Amino acid sequence: METKYLLKMDNISKEYFGNKVLKNVQLHVAPGEIHALMGENGAGKSTLMNILFGMPVIHNTGGFEGTIQFDGQTVNIDSPQKAMELGIGMVHQEFMLIPGFTVTENVKLGREITTPTIASGVFGKSLEKLDRPAMASDARKALDTIGLNIPETDTVGGMPVGYMQFIEIAREIDKTGMKLLIFDEPTAVLTESEAQKLLETMQVLTSKGISIIFITHRIDEVIQVANSMTVLRDGTFVQHVETKGTTAAEIAEMMVGRKVEKLVDDAGKDTRTISDDDILLRLKDFHVDMPGEKVRGVDLDIRRGEILGIGGLAGQGKVGIPNGILGLYKSTGTVKFEGEVIETEKLGAALKKHIAFVSEDRRGVGLLLEESIENNITFTAMQIDGKFLKNYGPLKLFDSKKAREHALDMIKQLDIRCTGPEQYAGRLSGGNQQKVCLARAITMEPKLLIVSEPTRGIDIGAKKLVLELLAKMNREEGMTIIMVSSELNELRSLCDRIAIVSDGQLTGIFAPDASDAEYGMAMSGVKGGNK
Amino acid sequence: MTKEKFKKALDVIGIPRLIVFCFLLAIVIVAYVNGIDVKSYLTSTMKYWGMWVILVLAMIPTIKCGIGPNYGVSLGIVAGLLGPLLSIQFNIAPAVNAVLPGFGPWAAMFFAMIVSGVLAWLVGIVYGKILNLVKGSEMTVTTYIGYSVIYLMCIVWFRAPFSSGEITWPLGGVGVRNSVSMETSFGGLLNDVLSFSIFGVEIPTGLILFCLLICFVVYLFFRTKTGLAIQATGANPTFARASGIDVDKMRVKGVALSTLLGALGIVIYTQGFGYLQAYTAPLQMGFICVASVLIGGATMNKATIMNVIIGTFLYQGLVIFTPPVSNQLLAGTDISDTMRQIIQNGVILYALVKSKGGSSNE
Amino acid sequence: MNKLLNSLKKAIFDNKVIALFVVLCVACMAIAETSVSYIAAEVFSRFSRNACLVLSLIIPCLAGLGMNFGIVVGAIAAQISIFFVVHFGFTGLGGFMLCVLISTPLAIFFGWLVGKLYNNTKGAEMIAGLILGFFAAGLYRLFVLYILGGVIPFDDPNLLPRGFGLRNAYDLTGSLKYALDDISFLNVCVVIGIIAIVAAVVTSAYAKKKGQTVDKNGAMKKVVIGAAALVFGIVGRFIPMVNLLFGSSRLILTDVALFGGLALIVYAVIKILLSLKKGEKKLGKLIAMAVAGVLLMAGTVIPAVREIYQAVQLPSAAYGVIVLFCFFNNWIMETRLGQNMRTVGQNRGVATSAGINVDKTRIIATCISTVLAAWGQLIFLQNLGTFNTVQQQDNVGLYSIAAILVGGATVQKATNRHAVIGVILFHTLFVVAPLAATKIVGDSAISEYIRMFISYGVIAVSLALHAWKTVAKKDDKKANAE
Repeated sequence: METKYLLKMDNISKEYFGNKVLKNVQLHVAPGEIHALMGENGAGKSTLMNILFGMPVIHNTGGFEGTIQFDGQTVNIDSPQKAMELGIGMVHQEFMLIPGFTVTENVKLGREITTPTIASGVFGKSLEKLDRPAMASDARKALDTIGLNIPETDTVGGMPVGYMQFIEIAREIDKTGMKLLIFDEPTAVLTESEAQKLLETMQVLTSKGISIIFITHRIDEVIQVANSMTVLRDGTFVQHVETKGTTAAEIAEMMVGRKVEKLVDDAGKDTRTISDDDILLRLKDFHVDMPGEKVRGVDLDIRRGEILGIGGLAGQGKVGIPNGILGLYKSTGTVKFEGEVIETEKLGAALKKHIAFVSEDRRGVGLLLEESIENNITFTAMQIDGKFLKNYGPLKLFDSKKAREHALDMIKQLDIRCTGPEQYAGRLSGGNQQKVCLARAITMEPKLLIVSEPTRGIDIGAKKLVLELLAKMNREEGMTIIMVSSELNELRSLCDRIAIVSDGQLTGIFAPDASDAEYGMAMSGVKGGNK
Repeated sequence: MTKEKFKKALDVIGIPRLIVFCFLLAIVIVAYVNGIDVKSYLTSTMKYWGMWVILVLAMIPTIKCGIGPNYGVSLGIVAGLLGPLLSIQFNIAPAVNAVLPGFGPWAAMFFAMIVSGVLAWLVGIVYGKILNLVKGSEMTVTTYIGYSVIYLMCIVWFRAPFSSGEITWPLGGVGVRNSVSMETSFGGLLNDVLSFSIFGVEIPTGLILFCLLICFVVYLFFRTKTGLAIQATGANPTFARASGIDVDKMRVKGVALSTLLGALGIVIYTQGFGYLQAYTAPLQMGFICVASVLIGGATMNKATIMNVIIGTFLYQGLVIFTPPVSNQLLAGTDISDTMRQIIQNGVILYALVKSKGGSSNE
Repeated sequence: MNKLLNSLKKAIFDNKVIALFVVLCVACMAIAETSVSYIAAEVFSRFSRNACLVLSLIIPCLAGLGMNFGIVVGAIAAQISIFFVVHFGFTGLGGFMLCVLISTPLAIFFGWLVGKLYNNTKGAEMIAGLILGFFAAGLYRLFVLYILGGVIPFDDPNLLPRGFGLRNAYDLTGSLKYALDDISFLNVCVVIGIIAIVAAVVTSAYAKKKGQTVDKNGAMKKVVIGAAALVFGIVGRFIPMVNLLFGSSRLILTDVALFGGLALIVYAVIKILLSLKKGEKKLGKLIAMAVAGVLLMAGTVIPAVREIYQAVQLPSAAYGVIVLFCFFNNWIMETRLGQNMRTVGQNRGVATSAGINVDKTRIIATCISTVLAAWGQLIFLQNLGTFNTVQQQDNVGLYSIAAILVGGATVQKATNRHAVIGVILFHTLFVVAPLAATKIVGDSAISEYIRMFISYGVIAVSLALHAWKTVAKKDDKKANAE
């Protein structure tokens, strides 16, 4: 017998500019249950939810394939309004609240209760007068439902984050006919006790017949409240399981595990000698204040000649580490390079020590999109080391000839597919852009190369080339590399050791062949193995 | 397909530039057909090009460092007025002439340039620091700072303690008069150097060469380490930071350079015009410079020296050719100021819409 | 005592802009040594001219568009309507109403265009509005100087002495001058009374028809006030004493102070008694009201103040319209549309996700502002009685915006209070600063520079401070984000 589902999404596929982010995914949610949607970043959770919510970003990029059934009816959700009419609500990760408004105004935002006026008779409903007492009583009711005891007349600005989350929820449940609520990582910004209260509230809501889709990566929370769950990985559907009869380790494995594919041919000779005594970079109690990627006290040693991987879920702080070392965000703690302290508060201090960095934000930080490949490759080395400058009398001017020679050399070495060194970097494909970034880093003749998300958003062929290039530089030229990546598989195929970061702290350093479950647990914040 | 190509080409050229160019062409043709002395107007176009091009060039550094066209170039202009005034006040030209005949005007001009330049550089540094505090609203703030400083200086000019009879009010004995003649200092100095006439069009060779020289120096500057760093700052500030560049410092340098060029520009302008006009004369200059560089093909975040050279020519051509033609068509009227107002502001509006505004509250 | 000092400190700090300008005004007055009654008369008449234009800035500001420099376009709509009305020979109040009728659709159309432009330049509305003002003024000049009569046949030797191109200055004496100001106070009362009663009755009836609860209390209040005004307006003219005091179109401030003060005291006392009966304790405001009433009345017997009172004449209809504008601004903010505007003004992303059509809301806000500005310019011109056909609109945006900023408004928040205080302070300074400067320098030529410097300086400082705060906040937010 088939279970009756409130929501059935079947065979959902979605492409962004030729990049398949969802492949035949399904999601089934029963009435009145909490259903967890799990997966690593980039697994396709948010895309799936955007489809369900009819977000313009989906429909502006060519729509999606597959069917959605809601309450037994096949529906076509082409706008958020449509989703709301059906009774689907979303509690956003970023608060959709207006600080200057009162709780009531926020709860009733866009759905104010009004009474007619003469003007509204002529010019339409928008000139109806607000019925503030009625709005207040509605808001009160919604707040009471979720057990939030704050005056509805207070202004939202300045309230603790936890309250804001609850006000968001109050707004959703105030909508009439709410059947399905989506919670997008609601506990990420909450303290432990607030999170606990939220989980209880979720259970209260389901007892009133509302279904909940709970997006999270915290396995313990899922086990605590979810009835069932769907796990996604790399845009594909892994499994729909009942929470009963599964364990945390199994869930972790489902999220992380994948068929092992060889990304790098290990043909090259490995002549490196890595010693625990020869430390190139040492981080001590390292904190980085990078929005969305905070690092909260990391101790880490990088040995000369190794490739160290740093993995973990997005938003957990792994990206903050290189950005902090390079001085792009404020950091505290000590960074020692070859025994000397790097003053990270001085922009460019790390660069001067020949630490090169390839940023995870290729288009935002890594490139001058409207400049030539040549300028992109030579820029940093010129600014830091004064390369590619030539004396003309008292003036030191840019030496185009030398820069051109070097650019051509790099294009050949890294096989950058372009029309020539004068082509704008913005016109290249993602893989070639990444190679330009690498070329810029190599031009600095680095002693330590830090690459952050080197394969993000590039196709599989280019991915392989980039990884092989990194392997070659490490194995043949002995360059020490720190590689930060969300793709565990990639780290495992290349690195000597892999450090996992969760909630801004190290949860373990593993050998590449450690088990999936070990990695999964570490990524969801359970401190464990150390090699 | 061809339609798309056409559309793309139109996008590259830009509708306003096309309109301005066609408009100018039509006016020149109408002028020629109606027997207006095109050559003499061409002569003044050349002269006015030289007078304006450095002022327009002042837009380049701020656009390149990411601030956008410097509406507040009037700060540099106001600072730049002091140099010529002081050179008259101190009687530099006659004094030097007495020792080295013929060198007086040159000494006066270079004195004016150095005084104006140094002052403008200092003003520019302060101004750049202010602009770093108001990132995202530079255009609005620069416009109003520019305006208020001009009026503040009006009050200052009115009672400034000058004593040279050529500067002060004829009756008052202090202040700066409405228009001060540059006759005894360096009026027309550059214009007359090596000037010659070809097909009845006079070419102010000295002026043009000097302007091109300044353009070349600015070009060279943008190939130095600092110049390239300024450009990277404008193109992508986070990229610049990741290459170890202090973005705020580069912006200050860009603004200071722009202000300096504004000051040099007004010195050149004054020598070409033959009179120095303080008070509200600089009020519209900022807008004219912005419009000129935009007509030349620049956008709010990209500009080249070629844009400056072409844009200044088109704009000045327009301003100079319209009055005689309009007078011919509608006797006794001068539509040129109205046309200038429409075209100048239309071009700026178009560029604003194209650049899709600035910051947002989203 | 310390607490009082602290709250005083806070009050001054919160109103630092206002405080600064009060000090400036007083200093200038002291230097200028001009009679206060002259300044008062001048400021009150400037207030009646300018207040409506300034009030038109509030709605777009709350909708997140910043200071709407585009009100110049509304002024242009008003001026165009005047040409046609004058050309066809309409005069007096009828002519004025015709101007309103013609300028309104024009202003809506212009406002729609301006709104479109603003939607395409989000985040740079203010600079776009400023440039747009120049651009529109250019087109307007092209229209009135060359197209009108040059291309479009328009035969009016009075307006276009050369056959084309409007004359430079035009005198509205005998046509529209004082068209509004000349309405007597009693008639204003009648009109207000009728409006109040009709509004109350129709709203209640409409609500009843729609089956919604009728706000009986509010409706009764409106009817009572309306009836009182109506009765006063009609009966008043047959009572010689009342007719003498209130029958004219311009009220002497002395009378207003006397009766206004009395009304305030009576109102406050009744309220206080009612509250005491109910046992409420919060009477501070009411007591202050009564004291203000007493002070107002006391002024009429103090010779120095009485002299000032006597010098000031208030055109009752213009002040009536100003009050209506204020009511309108408040009312619209209490509607769904107003709430949407505030939401859009605070955060466009949140507004979109709440299902609000952001672009449309912004366009509506711009249209309303443009229409109000057009009416404001009509009021301005009928009071001034003469206008410079080509340049009259040029400084409308500048002066209005400078005024509201002086009143304590910011780019993101403006209220009726800011507008009213701002107009008073700004125009006081406008009157006294040149006088003071002339006194110091001994030359009156400087006064125009001073006025312009004040206007531009106020805007520059205010915009810079706002931008600075925004940047600081952004950095702060970045640092706090998790």
